[in-house]
Amino acid sequence: MPVFFSDEELAVVEAACARLIPTDEDPGATEAGVAHYIDGFLGAFSFDPPRIWAGGAFSGRFGGSAGFASFHHLTPLDELAWRTRIEGSAGRPEREWNGPVVGLQERYREGLQLLGDDFTAVDGEEQDRRLRDHATFTRLLYEHACEGMYGAPEYGGNRDLVGWSYIGFDGDVQPRGYTDEEVSGP
Amino acid sequence: MTRDFDAIIVGSGPGGSTAADVLTAAGWSVVVFEKGRNHLIDLDDPRRLAEDFSNDEIKFMFRHFLGPDPLLEPRTFRRHDGEGDRIRIGQVNNVPSTVGGGGTHADGKTPRFREEDFRVLSEWGPVEGAAVADWPIAYGDLEPAYAEAERLIGVAGDAGANPFAAWRSGPYPMPPGAPMYGALVSSAAAAEMGWHPYPAPTAVNSVPYDDRPACNNCGFCAFFGCPIHAKGDPVASLRRALMSGRAELRPETFVSRILVSNGRATGVEYIDASGTTREERAGHVVLAAGGLETPRLLLLSGFDHPLIGRNVMFHFQTYVLGKLPMRVHPHKGRSVTHVHDDHLVPDDESLTAARAAGLPWFKGGMVEHAGPAHPIVEARFSPWGATHKDTMRRSEMREHLWGFCMQGEDLPQPTNRVDLDPSVRDVRGFPSLRVTYRPHRHEEAASAHYGAKLQACLKLAGAEWSLVHTSPGPVDPVPISRHVAGTVRMGTDPETSVCDEWGRLHDVPNVVVADSSPFPTGAGYGPTLTLVALAIRNIGKLAGTRGAAD
Repeated sequence: MPVFFSDEELAVVEAACARLIPTDEDPGATEAGVAHYIDGFLGAFSFDPPRIWAGGAFSGRFGGSAGFASFHHLTPLDELAWRTRIEGSAGRPEREWNGPVVGLQERYREGLQLLGDDFTAVDGEEQDRRLRDHATFTRLLYEHACEGMYGAPEYGGNRDLVGWSYIGFDGDVQPRGYTDEEVSGP
Repeated sequence: MTRDFDAIIVGSGPGGSTAADVLTAAGWSVVVFEKGRNHLIDLDDPRRLAEDFSNDEIKFMFRHFLGPDPLLEPRTFRRHDGEGDRIRIGQVNNVPSTVGGGGTHADGKTPRFREEDFRVLSEWGPVEGAAVADWPIAYGDLEPAYAEAERLIGVAGDAGANPFAAWRSGPYPMPPGAPMYGALVSSAAAAEMGWHPYPAPTAVNSVPYDDRPACNNCGFCAFFGCPIHAKGDPVASLRRALMSGRAELRPETFVSRILVSNGRATGVEYIDASGTTREERAGHVVLAAGGLETPRLLLLSGFDHPLIGRNVMFHFQTYVLGKLPMRVHPHKGRSVTHVHDDHLVPDDESLTAARAAGLPWFKGGMVEHAGPAHPIVEARFSPWGATHKDTMRRSEMREHLWGFCMQGEDLPQPTNRVDLDPSVRDVRGFPSLRVTYRPHRHEEAASAHYGAKLQACLKLAGAEWSLVHTSPGPVDPVPISRHVAGTVRMGTDPETSVCDEWGRLHDVPNVVVADSSPFPTGAGYGPTLTLVALAIRNIGKLAGTRGAAD
C-alpha cells in the first residue's frame, strides 16, 4: 500500500522507473521496489520517526545488530527542513524564511501529470519519448530511482539487495569490513 | 564579574575540540557551542562513542546527515561583484555542521605543511593580483605542536617515505594502513614518471590506538562518519576534554554574537535548541567555527576590520581520472592510501610554463591517488534506459575508474572574500554567508600544467582513456573543496592582518581564533593537521594567561 501516491500514480511511477532502470536478465527498478522507495520518501512523515535517516551503526548484514531499521528522530529544525523540502512551504510563514519553496510532492504531482494518465497504457517507445520531453522531471525521478535501486534496503528500495547483487557491490560491510588482502590484491 | 566558564569555544570541529582539550588539561573550565547535532559521543558518558554513523550512501551523500542543511542555512555565491548580489543560493562549500565538524566527514589525510609553505613570499616572491605573504611563524615554531597533534589524533604514516617532507622530531605514532590496489597501480606508474608516491599520513587507526579500534577498510570513508570511530579526528581530543569533567558541550546552539565591552569580549549571545536567545559570559572566547562561519560571526557581531573575510582560499582541485583495464575496487579501503608531493615544488619546467602564462612561478598541490567508490553516484552519472544496466555492470565509472585529485594551492586574493548576503537569511533570521570567488590564473596555469602530466601518468598505468575535471571550472564555478582558509588573516601588523601570530584578534585580544581562518597562505595540503597544531600552540599560549582577565 502506498503511503503518498494513489494506486494510479504509483503505477505511473513504477512504469516510468522500469524505463529508466529496466529489467533484463537481471532485476530492475520494478523488482527493486524503486517506486515504493520514492513513495516512502515523499511520505516520510507518515512514519514515526520519519523515514529520513536510517540508524546506525550496522545493518546486521555483515554482523552486529540491525541498527539501520531504527530511523533517527528529527529535531524541530530537522523536521522543518524536511517537511519544507517534501511538502513545500504551502503558504506557511514559518517555512518561508527565504520565500516560497515548491515541495517534492508538488513536483511529482506535476511531473506525473506531464507524463499523462495513459502513461501505463502506451508502449515503451512512447514512454521514453515522454520521459525525454519532460527532462526536468525525469532528471528528478532518475536521481531518486538511483537511490532506490542502489541505496540501503531499509529505505524501501533495493529489495533483496537486487541492485547491489547484479553489480557485485557488497553494500555496507561493517563491522566485518575488508581484509588487508582484499584491499591490496587485484 | 561572575561567570560559569573560563572560556567559551565556538565550534566543536578539529580546532574547537583541540582548544577544549588543551584548556581543560590546563585546568580551565570551558563550554563548547556547536550549531549542529551530536552524532559523535555520549555526552553523559563520554567514554562511549555514538552509533549513529553508518555505511549509508543515501544518508550521507544526499540527505545532509552531517549538515548543514542548505535549506535551513543557505549560502550564496558569485564570482565577482559584477554578477550582482549572487548567482547561487543553497549549497556552497558545506563543510559539516555537526559535533566533530569537518573531522567527521574527511578521510583523515593529515599531512604537515613544508617549511617553505610558511614563507612563500620570501621564497618565491610576489604575484600580481595576489596577496602572497609569509606567515608570522616558521615551521620550526610549529613542529612540536605538529608532533603532539599526530600523537593526539593518532596519525598513521611512514616518516622516511616522502623526500619532500619537512623535518620531523620523531616517527608517526602508527604505521600506514593497507595500501589500496588501485594506489599500488598508480604509484608504480608515478614512480616510473620519476615522482615519489608515499603512504598518505592519515588520522585513521592502522592498529588499535587510544582505546579505539583499527580501521577495517569498509570503504565508506571520505564523506562518511566512521561507524567504528577508527578516525581519530576530532573525537580523540573532544572525548579527552569531556572526560576531564571541565568541559560542557552544547549541540544545536547557534552563537549569534560576540559580546564586547571596552575592547574585550565578555561572552556570547546564542540561540539554544528551543529557539530561545540567551547569553553566556566568560573571560575568553575561542573561535573555531571554520574558515567561513568564523568570519561570518565576526561580521554578525559588528567587528569592522576591513580584512575580515578577505583572501578566502579554497583548494583548486584538479581531477584526472582514467579507465583502467582491471577492476581496482575503490570501495575497499580507506579512500586514499597514497599521495605524491612532486607538484608542490616548482622546477625548471614549471617555471618555464609559469612564465609562458605571465606568472613568476606557480605551485600545484599534493596529489591524492583515488577513485570514486559508491554506486548511487555512479548510477547518476550513467545513462538511463536500455544501456543503464550494462553501463553499471561494466562499471567504467566506479570499479575501473582511478586517478588523481591534486589539491592545488590557491593564492590569496583580497577581492576573493566572504561577507553577509544583503537579503538571503538562514532559518533563524540571520544574514547568510556570501562567497565572492574566482581563481587566479596561477591556479589555472598550474592545473593545466600538472593535469597533462597526470594524464600521461595514467596512460602509463594502462588507462584506455582519461579526462580532466577541475573545481572550480567550466562545469561549476563554486569550489567543491571543503578546505577553506585565509578569512581572518594572521600577521604582526594590525593594518595588514586581523589576528596576531597567536590567533588573538588585534582589536579584541581575548578573542582567539583556532581554525584555518588565520592561514595567510593555503599551501597545497589539507589544512586539518596544521590548524590542530596551531590550536595546540596558540591555545597553549592562552592557557598560560589563565586569570589574566580577572
